[in-house]
Amino acid sequence: MTRESALNLAVMGALLAVPLWAWAADEPFLITLSTRAVIFAIAGVGLNVALGLGGLVSFGHALFFGLGGYAMGILAWHAQTYTNVTDWPLVLGGTKSMPLIWLVAVITSALAALAFGALSLRTAGVYFIMITLAFAQMFYYFAISWPAYGGEDGLSIYVRNGFPGLNTMDPIQYFAICYVLLLIVVLAVGRLAGSSFGLVLRAARQNEERVRAVGQAPYRLYLLAFTISGAITGLAGALFADLNRFVSPTMFSWQTSGEIMIFVILGGVGRVYGPVAGAALFILLEHVLGGLSEFWHIYLGAMLLGVVLFARGGIYGLLAGREAGHG
Amino acid sequence: MSWVLLAEQTLNGLSLGVMLFLMAAGLTLVFGVMGLINLAHGSLYMVGGFAAAAVAAATGSFLLALAASLVAAAIAGVIVEMTVIRRLYDRDHLDQVLATFALILVFSEATRWVFGSFPLFLDRPDWLGGTVTLPLGIEYSRYRLALIGIGLAIAGALFWMIAHTRIGIRIRAGENDREMIAALGVDISRLYTLVFALGAALAGLAGALIGAIQSVQVGMGEPVLILAFVVIVIGGIGSIKGALVGALLVGLTDTLGGFLLPKALGLVLSAPAATSVGASLASMSIYILMALVLLFRPRGLFGGG
Repeated sequence: MTRESALNLAVMGALLAVPLWAWAADEPFLITLSTRAVIFAIAGVGLNVALGLGGLVSFGHALFFGLGGYAMGILAWHAQTYTNVTDWPLVLGGTKSMPLIWLVAVITSALAALAFGALSLRTAGVYFIMITLAFAQMFYYFAISWPAYGGEDGLSIYVRNGFPGLNTMDPIQYFAICYVLLLIVVLAVGRLAGSSFGLVLRAARQNEERVRAVGQAPYRLYLLAFTISGAITGLAGALFADLNRFVSPTMFSWQTSGEIMIFVILGGVGRVYGPVAGAALFILLEHVLGGLSEFWHIYLGAMLLGVVLFARGGIYGLLAGREAGHG
Repeated sequence: MSWVLLAEQTLNGLSLGVMLFLMAAGLTLVFGVMGLINLAHGSLYMVGGFAAAAVAAATGSFLLALAASLVAAAIAGVIVEMTVIRRLYDRDHLDQVLATFALILVFSEATRWVFGSFPLFLDRPDWLGGTVTLPLGIEYSRYRLALIGIGLAIAGALFWMIAHTRIGIRIRAGENDREMIAALGVDISRLYTLVFALGAALAGLAGALIGAIQSVQVGMGEPVLILAFVVIVIGGIGSIKGALVGALLVGLTDTLGGFLLPKALGLVLSAPAATSVGASLASMSIYILMALVLLFRPRGLFGGG
């Protein structure tokens, strides 16, 4: 077993052990904290498909996180007020069923990623960063100014949505749902990274010309990666909204995009399990430093600066050595 | 529809546009010369706003407050450039984004620590208060008119400086070929610091000037920063001319969109629906403009090949 896979096991194991211990010791707050870490990890793993595998620096993943959140908020709000989402051309009601909500969240954010990716990928480099940031901001202002779903105040959902056979209001059971989803997502992304698509995507990141020379279109590779990436982050958004039973325009804000990016960077860009470690560390820092000082973002900023300037590769770079096959 | 109101909204769009230009000019210069994307530009805008509010509160002089905003932002810019930014020129854009994002966190929290979370207010001086009557009987705020004047004057000075002075020649040379001007004996690291400080000072001035219309608070910089990004994406990154055209387009689209869209929709929808749909569409209008420009000119209106 390589050091990297040992670290993967340790990270996933710790993320499971902490809430199990908290459950035994009756510390529901710690379970909720772990659930947050797991959900953020899913969002980070999603961004990492674009950022780590494709080299696409998206500063707008809050767009998909927010869409996932609003997919949950809107469907559950209609179910709780017994109104229809649309009356024409189809009569569609709301729902309180988690699997259905996840499906809608994933499809909506995948379609959005396809559309905005198709536009944004016409450019590259620094243009791409600014454009993804701007499109996310567009949704932020739209969510604020659209009064139908709470506008600036957001939507509150009274009871967490349901999953067949489980009591989702029990913290440990909701944690279990999120953890299993994270497991599915990281395993799938791991498979994706090793697949021929993943290999040619990495190749495109390193040298577009060569990939083009062997008959692959980098644009289509990037667009597919961006769509998958957005869909995964959208799923995380739906889970996050369900955890809080609340969704607001803040989920679309540029700070959210920045935080999702921090998970990836703290963990290690391009490592499938990197964002899991990064999200866990972020939650730990938020909890520990946030308890020390109201101004904990100063320390977070200083630390991030340190990682970028002196410790590129994040936790995985420090503990698991350099990525195999990277010069 | 009243033409006077339309003229007034057009002037509002112009004043927003020239203020966006002050922000976008620094961003686009820094990108053009050093190849750096700087998210912390909004923090320098905030530094200018707070410096102006503090000095105005202490001395009561608006002109001193403006001078303070320029100086404080320039000094903050020099410090940041020499300690952090300088290490980022050779890095990829991802590192630049992250490091300058980290700087935003540090700047915002440090400002909150010093000044608290409550907004400060920067009063306009009496001699810029009230309205003036323009030709055709248009009543317009004297302060906003002054903003347009200041913005256009600075734009003119910037164009003149880049076209005719030695420093301007060096900036243009730096945009074309960094290694070559270093080889020709220009102290490249001093030039970089100077360009960064110039951009910072313009952002700081914008922070003070807009701070007197809105309020001065932590987090005031980032919405403007993102608008400035839209501006330079539309104009073409690295082009000062593009920044000016983009800024005016964005300013006018944003202001006139908010004014005209609800009215236009009122022709086909009921009044409350028109107002809410119109307001939502208006909030998206500049991004739709950006998407349109991207469809036809992926490198912006004045971007090089």
